[in-house]
Amino acid sequence: MNFNLEKINGYDVLTIQEERIDAHNSGELKETLLQLIEKGEHRIIVELGHVRFIDSSGLGALLSGNKHIALKSGKFVLVNIQHQVYSMFELTRLNRVFEIYTGLNEAFSNEG
Amino acid sequence: MCDSFLQVDVVIPTQTKYLNLLGSIGERIAKELDNFTGDRAALAYQLNLVLTEATVNAIKHGCCENDLKNCVRVAIHLQNDELNIKVYDHGQGFDLEKVPLPDFDHPGESGMGLFLIRSVMDSVSYTKTKEHNVLEIIKYLN
Repeated sequence: MNFNLEKINGYDVLTIQEERIDAHNSGELKETLLQLIEKGEHRIIVELGHVRFIDSSGLGALLSGNKHIALKSGKFVLVNIQHQVYSMFELTRLNRVFEIYTGLNEAFSNEG
Repeated sequence: MCDSFLQVDVVIPTQTKYLNLLGSIGERIAKELDNFTGDRAALAYQLNLVLTEATVNAIKHGCCENDLKNCVRVAIHLQNDELNIKVYDHGQGFDLEKVPLPDFDHPGESGMGLFLIRSVMDSVSYTKTKEHNVLEIIKYLN
């Protein structure tokens, strides 16, 4: 899976550089998130602007990151989700579970 | 292409790297439909999703020691306004009726695939025979 990792405003911002997250690459996403958390990074933003398709395993990988950060009382945020991809969060009601913002600036201004 | 009839048969090895190919076929079909008046972008996503989830399911449940059968066959059939997708596997199969709904209050990292398929399609059934298992999914387009 292609991604960029940058430190911005005290967050690790993981920008996914793939159009598709499915059962072929979701394991790698899950592993990447777990490694960051194990390294002690407990404030993570996943930037999903390039992603135009996600399946149930992709949602599961993000859920795994969210759960592990919650155990460390950290912050796990999703930003810039495309319309059709967001419909998957609504269908599975995961939009109620994740902290979701339209972009990085909105995420930074909702610091808490 | 005849307006009201389309048949696409695909056979792939049981490897997840082919999910993108199958999903893309679903998207292309949604974009090429002549008489569809609904939300085409939503339908494209749904067909991509359904083909992806159903194929993963067949890979997961359909592994077979016999190399010749170690593949997934997907048949997409459109006639009039009925889109019928059949995903064949040769594994032990599963009981569709025993697949629980996801726990929305305590969501798990897996177990959402069939729920998603059922949510965006009109009918889902799973049949086991001596030769193979078939997950049959139907969507009425108009």
